[in-house]
Amino acid sequence: MTVDQSARRTTVTTTGGTGSQRQYLVLGVVVLLLALLPLVLPEERQGVAVRTLIFAILAVSWNVMSGYGGMFSFGHAAFFGIGAYVDAYLLVDHGISPWVAMVVGAAAAALFGVATAYASLRYKLAGAYFALATFAFAQMLLLLVSNLSSLRGTEGYNVPILSESSWSKIQFPQGDSRYYWIPLGLLAIAVAVKIALVNSRAGQFVVAARDDATAAEALGIPVMRYRLLAVAISSAIAAVAGVYYVQYYLFVGPDNAFGGSVSIEAIVPAVIGGVGTIWGPLVGAAIVGPLSELTSTLLRNPPAALAFLEGKAGLDVITYAVLLIAIVIFLPRGVYGSLKARFGR
Amino acid sequence: MRGLGLAGVVLVLLALVYLLGDKSAALVNQAVVTGTLLGGVYALVSMGLTLIFGVLGIVNFAQGTMLTLSMYAAYVLVTSLGLNVYLATLLLVPLLFGLGYLVQLLLLNRLMSEGETEGQLLVTLGLSLLIANGLLLAFGGQPKSITAPVGGNLRFLGAVASVPRVIAFVGAIVLALALTAVLQRTRLGLSIRAVAANGQGAAMVGVNVKRVFAVTFGLGAACVGAAGGLVLPFFSLTPSTGEQFTILAFVIVVLGGLGSVTGAVLGGLAIGLLQTVGGLFVPGTGALLLVFAVFVVVLFVRPQGLFGSDL
Repeated sequence: MTVDQSARRTTVTTTGGTGSQRQYLVLGVVVLLLALLPLVLPEERQGVAVRTLIFAILAVSWNVMSGYGGMFSFGHAAFFGIGAYVDAYLLVDHGISPWVAMVVGAAAAALFGVATAYASLRYKLAGAYFALATFAFAQMLLLLVSNLSSLRGTEGYNVPILSESSWSKIQFPQGDSRYYWIPLGLLAIAVAVKIALVNSRAGQFVVAARDDATAAEALGIPVMRYRLLAVAISSAIAAVAGVYYVQYYLFVGPDNAFGGSVSIEAIVPAVIGGVGTIWGPLVGAAIVGPLSELTSTLLRNPPAALAFLEGKAGLDVITYAVLLIAIVIFLPRGVYGSLKARFGR
Repeated sequence: MRGLGLAGVVLVLLALVYLLGDKSAALVNQAVVTGTLLGGVYALVSMGLTLIFGVLGIVNFAQGTMLTLSMYAAYVLVTSLGLNVYLATLLLVPLLFGLGYLVQLLLLNRLMSEGETEGQLLVTLGLSLLIANGLLLAFGGQPKSITAPVGGNLRFLGAVASVPRVIAFVGAIVLALALTAVLQRTRLGLSIRAVAANGQGAAMVGVNVKRVFAVTFGLGAACVGAAGGLVLPFFSLTPSTGEQFTILAFVIVVLGGLGSVTGAVLGGLAIGLLQTVGGLFVPGTGALLLVFAVFVVVLFVRPQGLFGSDL
């Protein structure tokens, strides 16, 4: 890996088995600690925590395709939205459990991801062109869904509210900790999948294809196959995030499934935390999620000097936009990536 | 050359719609006039982008929000200073030029080495979020509009065209001519073309490449400066008004050829027509879906090599 490339990406350590054992151990400890959060967190903060978890899953997903795979996705909303719509369609129209939707949605999104990525890679779209193509695919799905009356057009789906708790439909009393533990579990699985991929032979091939596709090809690595594998895993994880999103917010429409802001929320935590690292997206989500809560509290009760801001919207996004620009320019490896480079093994 | 080919394709398709379509000629006439004028608006937004994308290789995701910013600036000039909106436009051009110049100089110039595509994209994305939400913070989300200083309609082939839209169209043509003149006839244009063709070579013969980058981004921003004032009379203004133009502008730029101002104008017209004439046959926002389909096909069949730039 050449120096200018490693400025943006962190090399994957090829420590094999012991390295991954350590990563699983860290994951276990982190998840256990996070699982205790509902015990200390006031109930009205649950929404922030769940939202942070959903976007952490999405950021982990983005990082597999774009961080490790080097295929910059600007349209992760496509995969997230497919998951969301599969769930809404199966549950609302057919009464099928969201757990099934997670499997079906993940498969559908992976299929869509592989098909579009295959077409894009086959025509040698790279860098900005690949990003624009992914964005266009997400926009096409957005427009398609808005125009399909069989998917309720611009109206979207409301998930019917049940009168009693149901594990199979993922519905509990409002503020129930299970609403938090389920996405935490999903996040843990997503990270575990990522650890497994990164430490596997396939994962090494994915990284080799990212760093120098021509050289990897020359070494006999079937570059396309491994790139598509990364895309498939990434899209499947994003779809699961989409399914849970609908279950928590009990609503989905074209914009909050396929809109550009979803793609952005997949990218931003990963970039802020550290692209191409295991923990970067989690660190990024842990920064971005509470930040929006902090700024909205500030807007509700501003100090005297900022009184003019009271009741205004937009400050949360401004803060993370500034953070995004500053990180890209001054800490291209992201918060976690830079710390790791400085103190890492 | 590519521009002429594009124009040919559009004309043939239009002829087919007239001859074989089941829509009345008056209906198609109206769609053509509306589409042409809409295409003028698209051209206005795309011209700056084609410079930024073609010369600097930067995917400026903030192009649309810079248009929104320019529209709000025009709105403030009109409502608080009582300026005529077209006079305000003249002020916006240098204003946005300065903004673009500074953005490139202070932010993007740090990310101009090879393989920084993602970094550039992320910074302009951040900028776009920053501008849109800054406007939301300052002006709120309620739609705003001004009354056009000139009203009325022109009749053309039995179709109706509102005067402010015609003015914007003429403005687009004038801007395209001015921009072409700058690029082809001035020393500055020569250095921009030199940097676009071979940055290292240009640096070796004494061109200050970083300054040319900044000026180019400034010119790209100045184009949306002009566009903001020209389209304000017939667009209702919210902090997200311009965003819809960003991806359309990329479609147009890729369609027309990177760095080609003429291509941006012809591409703008082609997409405008596709949207309105296509809208006769496809319901709702289906026409926009058609636009994206065209984009993807163009991306696939005309890979970057043909545009003479290897991003």
